[in-house]
Amino acid sequence: MSKDVMADLKRDHITKLLSKGIRIDGRKFEEMRPLTVEKSYIQSAEGSARVRLGDTDVIVGVKMVVGQPFPDTPDKGVLTTNAELKPLASETFESGPPGKAAIELARVVDRGIREGQAVDMEKLCIEAEKEVWIMFIDIHTIDYDGNLFDAANVAAIAALKDAVVPAKRADKGEDFPLPVAHEPISVTAVKIDGHILADPTYDEEVVADARLTVAINEKGNICAMQKGGEGSFSVDEVLKIVDLSRRLGAEMRSKI
Amino acid sequence: MGGTPLPEGIKLIDENGRRIDGRKPDELRPLRIEAGVLKRADGSAYLEWGQNKVIAAVYGPRECHPRHMQDPTRALVQCHYNMASFSVDDRKRPGPDRRSQEISKITSEALTHVVFTEYFPRTSIDVYIEVLQANAGTRCAGLTAASVALADAGIPMRDLVASCAAGKVADTMVLDLGKEEDNFGQADIPVGFIPRTEEIVLLQMDGDLTIDQFRTGLGMAVDACKKVYEVQRDALKRRYTIASDEREVAGSAEVK
Amino acid sequence: MQRNDNRESAREIVVPGDLLADRGMKAGPGTYIEDGNIFASLLGIKSVRSNTVGVVPLSGQYVPIRGDMVIGKIVDIGASNWLVDINAPHPSPLHVNEVPWRVEFGETDRFMTVGDLVLLKVVGVDELGRVQISMKEHGLRKLAGGMVFEVAPAKVPRVIGRSGSMIQILKNLTGCRIHVGQNGRIWIDGDLDNILNAVEAIKLIEKEAHSKGLTEKVKNLLERASKKGA
Repeated sequence: MSKDVMADLKRDHITKLLSKGIRIDGRKFEEMRPLTVEKSYIQSAEGSARVRLGDTDVIVGVKMVVGQPFPDTPDKGVLTTNAELKPLASETFESGPPGKAAIELARVVDRGIREGQAVDMEKLCIEAEKEVWIMFIDIHTIDYDGNLFDAANVAAIAALKDAVVPAKRADKGEDFPLPVAHEPISVTAVKIDGHILADPTYDEEVVADARLTVAINEKGNICAMQKGGEGSFSVDEVLKIVDLSRRLGAEMRSKI
Repeated sequence: MGGTPLPEGIKLIDENGRRIDGRKPDELRPLRIEAGVLKRADGSAYLEWGQNKVIAAVYGPRECHPRHMQDPTRALVQCHYNMASFSVDDRKRPGPDRRSQEISKITSEALTHVVFTEYFPRTSIDVYIEVLQANAGTRCAGLTAASVALADAGIPMRDLVASCAAGKVADTMVLDLGKEEDNFGQADIPVGFIPRTEEIVLLQMDGDLTIDQFRTGLGMAVDACKKVYEVQRDALKRRYTIASDEREVAGSAEVK
Repeated sequence: MQRNDNRESAREIVVPGDLLADRGMKAGPGTYIEDGNIFASLLGIKSVRSNTVGVVPLSGQYVPIRGDMVIGKIVDIGASNWLVDINAPHPSPLHVNEVPWRVEFGETDRFMTVGDLVLLKVVGVDELGRVQISMKEHGLRKLAGGMVFEVAPAKVPRVIGRSGSMIQILKNLTGCRIHVGQNGRIWIDGDLDNILNAVEAIKLIEKEAHSKGLTEKVKNLLERASKKGA
């Protein structure tokens, strides 16, 4: 599909602005865009949330079915995270099965939830070795203006908190709220021309040298990270982004 | 449609002639359309029709891919109808299935009729229809939203296409079938119609109808399309009427 | 350059299929004729000028028209032409005969290379939508330095203003050199602060393209900005 022809020329514009301490949308370097979280947006899902981070728009739906546990975790539920970069969200996304970018997005969100132990998976066991709840987290991109990682992560946590396990429908007892134990929140920053910017827009993301996503839970512990892009970070830069994530993530968590 | 026995205790039409959700036979579910809801797409529309939630986005005219599909004399209108995995009770596997491919095809054909495709040789006008929440009638909802999104994208068109279904439940002809009516009804007739020129551009039917019943149903659907058409026009006009009043909310229109 | 550059007294928004006029009027841009009646083919503002009725679009992609000044970006090089993206559905070839220099076969990259910005003119569009472009006219050139950014092509007439009035204000009050392509690309060169002020002003024009008193708002913004800078 048609690619963003002018992207490389925007870099010049963006870096000139940054040298004067200005971001292209007028934000401070360490400032997130406005975040809105709309829970229970999809009634056909067990839990859902529509999240807008600036003009980035993501819907996450949680669906649950009864299935078999993995042999190595016979008494735990199963988590499956899937992301689709729908072509309606950007001219740069193509139809067809998920590409590398979609898979990376799904895996980064999955890692935050899994490693952050967001859900008490033992409570999703129905009968050890036989039956457990399988939880599908489906990430649907609606409008892409950068930083899908954080929008999808917040939407996923909000959707999990919104979810009710449909036990009655499956003839497995009474419905119960999905046991959410922790709320890991990721914050992503990019590096452009030596400047570290939180929550990049699309324009910033396409010209960025490198990107770092850090997920931190409500206790302040780090539970997942992902570096992307061809550029590099210094140790100090990484630590700076970790600190950013702790501060900004707490703010975002309060909005779920 | 047809064949599925009605569960015990469910009455599709009660003794007062009211339908399962309280509607009269010729009553539409509430319909609300908002134009211009996405940042990246060239044109877009959001639609809520009863419990259906649909977003349509338009990109183009742009270079046609795959290349061998290019028509040297005109643009191709390519619709992609897709249901989100969480849009239905049982999680839908992501990706196109036969049903969605068929709907994409007939929707493309209906819209091609109104677009001045000859203005844009060798290009593609891509229309993405995402069903976020499904509750019967999504192809009509999708076509209705897509037409608004095309106009919003500044695509030259003869007219808008409005769409609505009629059907038969409990031997009564009704408009705009809901989910139970769709599951346990006797017939469904989705119609795409241009009120001004009185042209039918989409028509399907399944179930069992006498010729008289069909005639009644088609007449009902056509009349309903005229109402839908007004909601579409309002949505487009209000988007810019409000914008020129310098208010930053997108236009929306409603039918009660 | 002055396409659709009219200001309507009554801003009537029309939708494709709306009847604009019957016999006796001429059909302008954004319309079509059926059984002698004129209908809107675009979402936009109805405009009536003497006996011509048309629709000023509010959105839409750039559609090249002969005579348009556009800003292109070179995306590929051949032995005797450059391939130029002009924000239209297809890139257009710029032949060596259409540039102001004498270019030997195979030496195209000594003059312009991939990534370069050029100010061009659309000299023809055929029925198959193929666009002929040229750099031969006076003032057309490679755009070195400066900054380029994009606005919605439908808003370009507002950035230019009636008979170029808006762009003149921008140039006068910022001291920048500015080229506005009909294809929605705008090139600005000058002192960085002035460039940023011009960008702010153009963003305002794009956002409030169809609101009243736009010229005054732009003047106020630029005068405030220049005072702050001084």
